[in-house]
Amino acid sequence: MLAKRIIPCLDIKDGQTVKGTNFVNLRQAGDPVELGKAYSEQGADELVYLDITASHEGRKTFTELVKRISAEINIPFTVGGGIHELSDVERLLNAGADKVSINSSALRNPQLIDDIALHFGSQVCVVAIDARQTPQGWKCYLNGGRLETDRFLMEWAEEANSRGAGEILFTSMDHDGVKEGYANEALAELADRLSIPVIASGGAGKKEHFRDAFTLGKANAALAASVFHFGEIRIPELKDYLCQEGVTVRR
Amino acid sequence: MKIAIIKYNAGNLFSVDCALKRLGVEPVITHDKETLLSADKVIFPGVGEARTTMDYLKGCGLDQLIKDLKQPVLGICLGMQLLCRHSEEGDVDCLGIFDAEVKKFQPTHPEEKVPHMGWNTLSHLRSPLFQGLKEEEFVYFVHSFYVPVNEFTAATTEYITPFGAALHKDNFYATQFHPEKSGKVGECILRNFLNL
Repeated sequence: MLAKRIIPCLDIKDGQTVKGTNFVNLRQAGDPVELGKAYSEQGADELVYLDITASHEGRKTFTELVKRISAEINIPFTVGGGIHELSDVERLLNAGADKVSINSSALRNPQLIDDIALHFGSQVCVVAIDARQTPQGWKCYLNGGRLETDRFLMEWAEEANSRGAGEILFTSMDHDGVKEGYANEALAELADRLSIPVIASGGAGKKEHFRDAFTLGKANAALAASVFHFGEIRIPELKDYLCQEGVTVRR
Repeated sequence: MKIAIIKYNAGNLFSVDCALKRLGVEPVITHDKETLLSADKVIFPGVGEARTTMDYLKGCGLDQLIKDLKQPVLGICLGMQLLCRHSEEGDVDCLGIFDAEVKKFQPTHPEEKVPHMGWNTLSHLRSPLFQGLKEEEFVYFVHSFYVPVNEFTAATTEYITPFGAALHKDNFYATQFHPEKSGKVGECILRNFLNL
């Protein structure tokens, strides 16, 4: 049976992980490759590396990092951040990334989704959506949540699906950082409307939240950052728990 | 031992190369016919679209070369599908090593997403590729087309329908999943292939 996926997300700046970690027994907690390996050995199903560097120099550093990750890590990984055009996608795939995640650039230029799907296949194209509930409904945001758009979550996700996205990574800005659970209602609606897998993001604080994202939210995968980085939830224990709760996971 | 990876416009050459290097092997990535014919093992990776890729292979004569290979060959993902007779993806005739049709997944339920993406289990193992592995181990899949269970099926996975997760006939081995991305289980499968 297809397992539900657990995905740690690492923010990278100038080639180093940004958020602090309290991984014990890790010589270089700031090294994204070491950290990724540690997660992989704990049973993470995939990894996401988000480049939050703005500079051109930083981009080069990130591409070199992607090559090192690919050389060392034996599970799939997605990279995101700073992908504006097809040549960015090609550079990162050639460096060994399995998938690329596009967010603002897809909202600004939806044709980019079609182009990636056509050139590299839908499976490499993750469309990330940051959204927040407004009186009009769930609205999509640009630039890491700083700029509201006139696009609604459901219709944008459906458009991305029909343009050839391979997965939707939905982050609820209302839930992100609050640690009170994922946006399960919106997730379930996405799952019902879309023909492609949905990754839940934003809100993980307890093991129960992962279970709920999979059962109530019908998500195919759940992404989290700080609960893993700070050791609040360990992946082997999370998977034991999910298994007891009847969720299929890889162990 | 000389391991050759067939060089063409496939997406996962680099990942396969990295995976073999982690096992201590230095493969050559090449489309040179002599090098491929004289290699001890040949790996035929693949991420992409069937028709485009078949056109490319035909354009450079690699289609006939692959059929002529006598040493152990491992097709991965699209590589496996192209070793079959015909694919619904682009309605294209493929290499015909395995007399099988490649079909598109037809979901019957909203929860059955396509592509089939993620970790799923292998059962009914019958190939030296799986030596030392138990039934129901997880491996990583990403695909929208599948090969129905047939006489060459060497492992079965269930998603929407039971399908061929691996095929084997004579010197040709193939996996629908990505051993190069399947953690320790994948490493074991690649090592078994190298030890054939």
